[in-house]
Amino acid sequence: MAKNPEHRDLFPGALEVMILQSLRYKPMHGYALVKHIKQVSDDLLQVEEGSLYPALQRMLREGWLETSEGVSAKGRPTRIYRLTDAGLRHLDQEVASFEKMFAGITRVLALAKA
Amino acid sequence: MSLISRLFMRRRRFNDISVSIEEHIAERADELVDQGMPRAQALQAAKREFGNVALIKERSREAWQWTAVENFLTDFKLTARRLFKSPGFTITVLLTLAIGIGANTAVFTVIDSILLKPLPYPEADQLVAVWMKAPGAAGLLDFVEGLRLSPSMYLTYAEHNRVFQSIGVWVSGTANVTGIAQPEEVHTTYISDGVLETLNVPAAAGRWLAASDQIPHSHQTVMLSYGYWQRRFGGDPSVIGRNIEVDSQTREIVGVMPHGFEVVNQKFDLLIPLAFDTHKQVLAGFGFNGIARLRPGVTIADADADIVRMLQIWMGSWSNGPGDDPHFYEKVWKVAPAIRPLKQEVIGNIGSVLWLVMATIGVVMLVACTNIANLLLVRAEGRHQELAIRTALGAGRARIAREVLTECVLLALIGGVAGVAVADASLRLLTAIGPANLPRLSEISLDARSIAFTLGIALFSALLFGSIAAFKSMQPAKSLAQASAGRTASTSRERQRGRNLLVVAQVAMAMVLLVSAVLMIRTLAALRNVDPGFTDPNHLETLRISIPQQLVPDAQETARLENSIAGKLAAIPGVSSVGFARSVPMDGIDPAWNNIFIEGTDFKSGAPMRLFNFVSPGYFRSAGTRLVAGRDYTWDDIYGLRPVGIISEGLARESWGSAEAAIGKHFRSMPNQPWFEVIGVAQDVYQNGVDEAVPATVYWPFMLKVPYENNAIDTQRSVTFTVRSPQAGSAALMSEIQRAVWQVNGNLPVASIEILGEIYNRSMARTSFTLVMLAIAGSMAMALSLIGIYGVISYAVTQRTREIGIRIALGAQKGLMRWMFVRSALVMTAIGAVIGLGGAAMLARAMKSLLFGVSPLDPVTFAAVPVILAVAAALASFIPAHRAASIDPMEALRTE
Repeated sequence: MAKNPEHRDLFPGALEVMILQSLRYKPMHGYALVKHIKQVSDDLLQVEEGSLYPALQRMLREGWLETSEGVSAKGRPTRIYRLTDAGLRHLDQEVASFEKMFAGITRVLALAKA
Repeated sequence: MSLISRLFMRRRRFNDISVSIEEHIAERADELVDQGMPRAQALQAAKREFGNVALIKERSREAWQWTAVENFLTDFKLTARRLFKSPGFTITVLLTLAIGIGANTAVFTVIDSILLKPLPYPEADQLVAVWMKAPGAAGLLDFVEGLRLSPSMYLTYAEHNRVFQSIGVWVSGTANVTGIAQPEEVHTTYISDGVLETLNVPAAAGRWLAASDQIPHSHQTVMLSYGYWQRRFGGDPSVIGRNIEVDSQTREIVGVMPHGFEVVNQKFDLLIPLAFDTHKQVLAGFGFNGIARLRPGVTIADADADIVRMLQIWMGSWSNGPGDDPHFYEKVWKVAPAIRPLKQEVIGNIGSVLWLVMATIGVVMLVACTNIANLLLVRAEGRHQELAIRTALGAGRARIAREVLTECVLLALIGGVAGVAVADASLRLLTAIGPANLPRLSEISLDARSIAFTLGIALFSALLFGSIAAFKSMQPAKSLAQASAGRTASTSRERQRGRNLLVVAQVAMAMVLLVSAVLMIRTLAALRNVDPGFTDPNHLETLRISIPQQLVPDAQETARLENSIAGKLAAIPGVSSVGFARSVPMDGIDPAWNNIFIEGTDFKSGAPMRLFNFVSPGYFRSAGTRLVAGRDYTWDDIYGLRPVGIISEGLARESWGSAEAAIGKHFRSMPNQPWFEVIGVAQDVYQNGVDEAVPATVYWPFMLKVPYENNAIDTQRSVTFTVRSPQAGSAALMSEIQRAVWQVNGNLPVASIEILGEIYNRSMARTSFTLVMLAIAGSMAMALSLIGIYGVISYAVTQRTREIGIRIALGAQKGLMRWMFVRSALVMTAIGAVIGLGGAAMLARAMKSLLFGVSPLDPVTFAAVPVILAVAAALASFIPAHRAASIDPMEALRTE
């Protein structure tokens, strides 16, 4: 996912959660999504287009997102992605699962430091 | 979601992807422009930043695709495009496949329809043919297939059985229909009650013949066949209720049977009730075919047991006349049931012939596949350069092999579809020219099973030649340098040799098939042309009568009895002549052979065996056998026990040089027999079918003193009567005949009433069918080889275009160029022909028993076939050769 060799690749599923959460905040089109993630993470996360668009289509196929015709800021036609109810449910599940994982990792790391 | 809407959805999705991505790039470019970059540069930078647009688009699309199928479809599209680009190759292969697959499908359909499919009646496995057997009657009555039912038997079985749902008897013949347009003779099947119920096919119009129609002297009715209804009445539905005159009897039409309906493989125009008079029946009259439908769960063994039980009832219910012992059938004849499945009855023993034909056609298919493999190899070599480059760029061998296989499968499938059309045409041809006696001929048609077979064989052949080609393509790639060298040089010698070998093999195989086929065709023609020794067998009724010793002990009395019968038969209106003999041609009765001694010759090493027959006066006349010299017997000769004899033409010529010379000469069969004088010579008669040699025959008088019984008088007791009448085959004549016989002696059973024509046709039908099928196989093999030759020469011309261009530019004449290629084709054909002739000679020698009228090494055939093949090969190669000669050298040198 990372463009910059300094940043590591996200683990599987992370990209989807990022996308879902961002779209939960506000439905956006592709370019806006990339900029949003970059901005909100303070440049810590940078999404590669090569991963983004295929992931969007996969999620569309799963039914977590839906798309509608829209217009960008400059007036160009584009497609806007939005979260569905199913997507919302999936997002909550995934976040819960991630938090458990993070909690576990934190505890193991804490022990190592100690 | 339907396929169409799913397709639309996908289109929309793909569109969305494109729009999204394009907008993304445009927006980024805008940003860069706002930062100060010039527009063109910004666009480029944005694109570069994005990545490989096409690849990302594809990956995005993959979410909506089924990858394996998509790959397959892409391969297919590529393959189809490639095939389009080389039309010569594609058309050749498709033609070859169409012919090969078509032929195999046609034969399979025939086998399937005739042997494998159940009979076209509901629940046909319950249907049986009710035969009896009478082992004790052999010698009294010679039955070939068994004993048929008598009307009294049928009536007993119908009333008392516990195992049949229904039972009936039928017999086929002809009848005269008058009163509509012009009088005509039609095929008729006479049926009893129960036949239509057994076969259980509903009428297409009107109703079945009912039990009430079977009451004699009641209102006379008749049913029509579908074909007759269409032909004579134009399919007019108002025909029900109309009257027609059948054999001078007015009958009301009560129904029409549906299209394709036959009574046990007998085609008919009319169905007429047998209308047995139950008060007038006797035990005898064993001339009717029985069919029955078993009750569910009943086996043939059960049915046989039931019939054994009913035989007792039968013998108790009827009699042959006062003073006659009904149990004679049980004690002497040992009559017993011999029920068979109806399917067996219909098919007969054509099975082995059909499987043989299938094998032959399979060989043709192999020839076809060889052809295609050859063409594929040629093509693969042509793509050497392309494949070398691709391999250098990293294409996997499996990928290339998969491509080749896809190509083969696509070709096979299209070829299969074309093959179905070929099969359909072949089947139409077959049903038009096929022997009318082929069982279930009308049922042969392409159906789902044939199509499934076509598909199967198409895929199988694709695998066959595809694997050869794929294997070759997977071989280690030669270096690019070697491959590109092919641009300027002509084809290598090894490659050419490989291809030529395959063509030679094909020509050889085709030669073998063709020679055997032509030999067969000549055999058939010869068979058809033979004068069998009797005339107009369709109007000669034959019947067997046996006068047992117990009935008439005295030999002379027997002779007088037989004489009376002949007289009574001759008195039947319409009968032109009557005679009788121990056996008539092709009746399957064990012949009597013995040797005779010619006066004046001394046989040291044993006299040759001659066929002995015993005839009455008038037999030759009724059978239509010409007397080429001398005269026939008279009744005086017979009763006077005069030592006179008639011999066959062949015997006369062999013994005395000519028929005329034989008159007045003497012969005898034993030293203690007085010399018999030859008073007549009869034309040669083919006793066992026209494909067997004519036996030298001695026609003894049917009553004579036998030398090996101390010159006691002996009369032939089992004889076949020949009755020549225009009404031969009609039920009317049959009943008149029976009545005539019983007028003389009521205890004489009449059996095996048949037209000689039926016997004659049956003896030929199977042979001619085999021949036709083999001829078709041979011509197909030839067609395939010619296509092969054309294909190979054509490709050679294409490959050697540069070389030809150079030659022509250097001054070679066009005629010479043409000849160069035609010659190479002829050389291949010649080698193949020589090998093929060798193989054909071996095969023909093995086939000798099947041939007739031609020797296995028939010079005409062995000379004509190679010539025909050579001419055809020359023509086939002429087209591409002509193309070679018309090459413009400038064009040739420019292209590669």
